[in-house]
Amino acid sequence: MATLAEPRADTDEAFREEVRDFLAKNFPPELKGKGNALASVEGPTQEDAQQKAWREAMGEKGWGVPTWPKEYGGGGLSKKQARILQEEMGKAGAYNPIGGMGVMMFGPTLLESGSEEQKREHIPAIAKGEIRWCQGYSEPNAGSDLANLQTFAEDKGDHYLVNGQKTWTSGGQWADKCFAIVRTDKSDKHNGISFMLIDMDSPGVEVRPIQMISGLSPFCETFFTDVKVPKENLVGKEGQGWTIGKRLLQHERTNISGAGGGGRAMGAAMSEVAKKYAEFDANGEIADKVLRDKVADFEIRWQAFLLTARRAVEESKAAGGVSEISSVLKKLGTKLGQERSELAIEIMGLQGLGWEGEGFSESELAGVRAWLFGKAFTIYGGSTEIQNNIIAKRVLGMLDHQ
Amino acid sequence: MAILNEEQEMLRDMARDWATNESPVTAFRKYRADKPAEGFQPDVWQTMAQMGWTGIVIPEEHGGSDFGWMSAGLVIEELGKTLTASPIVASTVAASAIVLGGSDEQKAKWLPKLASGEVVGTLAVDEGAHHGGKTEASVSGGKLSGTKAFVHEAHGASLFVVSAADGLYLVEKGDGVSLSDRKLTDQRSHANVTFDGAAADKLANGGDDLLDKVLDRARILTAAEMLGMAQQVFDVTLDYLKQRVQFNQVLASFQALQHRMADLFADLAMMRSAVESGLEALDSGFGVPHAACVAKAEANRVLHIISREGIQLHGGIGMTDEYDVGFYLKRARVLEASWGSTTYLKNRFAALAGY
Repeated sequence: MATLAEPRADTDEAFREEVRDFLAKNFPPELKGKGNALASVEGPTQEDAQQKAWREAMGEKGWGVPTWPKEYGGGGLSKKQARILQEEMGKAGAYNPIGGMGVMMFGPTLLESGSEEQKREHIPAIAKGEIRWCQGYSEPNAGSDLANLQTFAEDKGDHYLVNGQKTWTSGGQWADKCFAIVRTDKSDKHNGISFMLIDMDSPGVEVRPIQMISGLSPFCETFFTDVKVPKENLVGKEGQGWTIGKRLLQHERTNISGAGGGGRAMGAAMSEVAKKYAEFDANGEIADKVLRDKVADFEIRWQAFLLTARRAVEESKAAGGVSEISSVLKKLGTKLGQERSELAIEIMGLQGLGWEGEGFSESELAGVRAWLFGKAFTIYGGSTEIQNNIIAKRVLGMLDHQ
Repeated sequence: MAILNEEQEMLRDMARDWATNESPVTAFRKYRADKPAEGFQPDVWQTMAQMGWTGIVIPEEHGGSDFGWMSAGLVIEELGKTLTASPIVASTVAASAIVLGGSDEQKAKWLPKLASGEVVGTLAVDEGAHHGGKTEASVSGGKLSGTKAFVHEAHGASLFVVSAADGLYLVEKGDGVSLSDRKLTDQRSHANVTFDGAAADKLANGGDDLLDKVLDRARILTAAEMLGMAQQVFDVTLDYLKQRVQFNQVLASFQALQHRMADLFADLAMMRSAVESGLEALDSGFGVPHAACVAKAEANRVLHIISREGIQLHGGIGMTDEYDVGFYLKRARVLEASWGSTTYLKNRFAALAGY
């Protein structure tokens, strides 16, 4: 749906020029093809001077969060301009140095639900990539039954005193701040939950990384012992945490699904993997016809998923933001993402299962860790089974068991 | 749903109202009982033509509306929902062959009649039970000979777009053209058509890949019909699960069934995206062969699952002739096998992608 606010074609060309100019001046060619360390939850940030300069340049423009409002440090770009920016960055091989949970989940939620003061305090730092956020949601006895959470915030007048334990805190060991859902009322399961912001360097916060099957420790246990949280760190009102927290999950699911460009981050097209590792016959076809069929079968469904993600974005513009369709995208994208890793390994054979040491390229080893880490896709952010419940009950109107 | 313009929304709403009120599945039952010789009810076809649906992809200068493929797909999706027995897909694709490959004279002769519904056209391409086999039909001195198998809408068509070894030809029903019925599970019009020295007029302007271009249109438009069918089976099944009580509970309250419906809902979303993207590709002219493979392959995959699950989730009642859901299964398999089975399309997709 075109609106009058959409810039005309000639202004777009002017914007494209502006982007090209900016990239030529600010993006160091040495960083071409490098990933975004900050967006990853799998490692600490160790920026060198060039990476830091690039992040600061993008942060200054607000182009790391191109469509966020300018008044809070965002780019203030139209969707069309944001697409031009993405295209030009792609051509230049430039990565977006601004990322992480602040960008993907917390920022959009705070823009919707936060107070003016909270937005002014937190959004610009996210837009500049200066602050890393982590998510205080799951607990040992609150996984799929998330609302069963027990971490308690006791009202102490001008502050809350928080006690309890969170788990699966992605990147908790490297985070500056935590957005958390905690219990403020023990008598009401859903309406007793509040959404609050906790400084990770507050006295009483302790983080212990958990070693995972991938050999990495991106997830942590986080312990809160008599942690003081100022009242102004409450987002929304007491008791609104479940509503705000669920809204955040919709943003999270859209991102986890790989929709909106994230799909490309999962790696090269399956046909590219096949071209590199599979045997080809004289006709220029994959020699193993069963494998060829599997690759085509996957690529057709992957294509249909990417089209679905694009359609969801277009339709959500009319509907005012993300919605329950995020459950469909999360369910589809995560399953296909896992299938993708498994098929890549099948194509590569044992060369695709290297754990460490000689004989394997960096990208082969990274692929193995990504395959194992990827088992989390269908579990975190609401498991596939929870997404099925949401689709059946909220979208299809199927009744609860009486 | 794709983002539609006002014209397209009106067209879709009109088709939806008409299909729901004037051409529900009871109309298909009546067609089945009446067995009209044309393979469709002539008065229904007239009505569809009057609403302009027969000329949607035909240029205005030749009597069509030139609304484009997305518009055609929207109408056909709605007709697919109620299994409306008409040659609209066949005739639209046949018309597109003339639009793409016809001379000015051929266009002037046929397109206005196809647009008005006076002439029904269809494709006669395959010579065996599978799409994509050998083409043995040949033309010598302007006379075409050969047998085309399982031709859709053969009984009502008066114009055949026929593939021969050296290209596509227009052949009028008449001398040298004979039909032998091939009644399939969908109880629609299918026949083997034998051409025995029939007068043939070559479509000479479409380039070497004219047949491929026409088949891509057949694939995408057929996929649009399949989308309507899949959507309808899903909706009817969901309604049934919300009504049927067992163990003192409506079936919709059982999690095992909820999760299966969630799976089908997600598959249906992928199918819709693939089909709409095929229609968009035809309108933009960009990436059509690839988009046609994705559209029809996804349509095949998802309608196959939904038509099968539709019966299972209805239980025994779904196997009765009294319930509509079985009709969709029987039409689904015919369309799956037409213009490219899933294996055929995967093979083509891989070849297009260079592996």
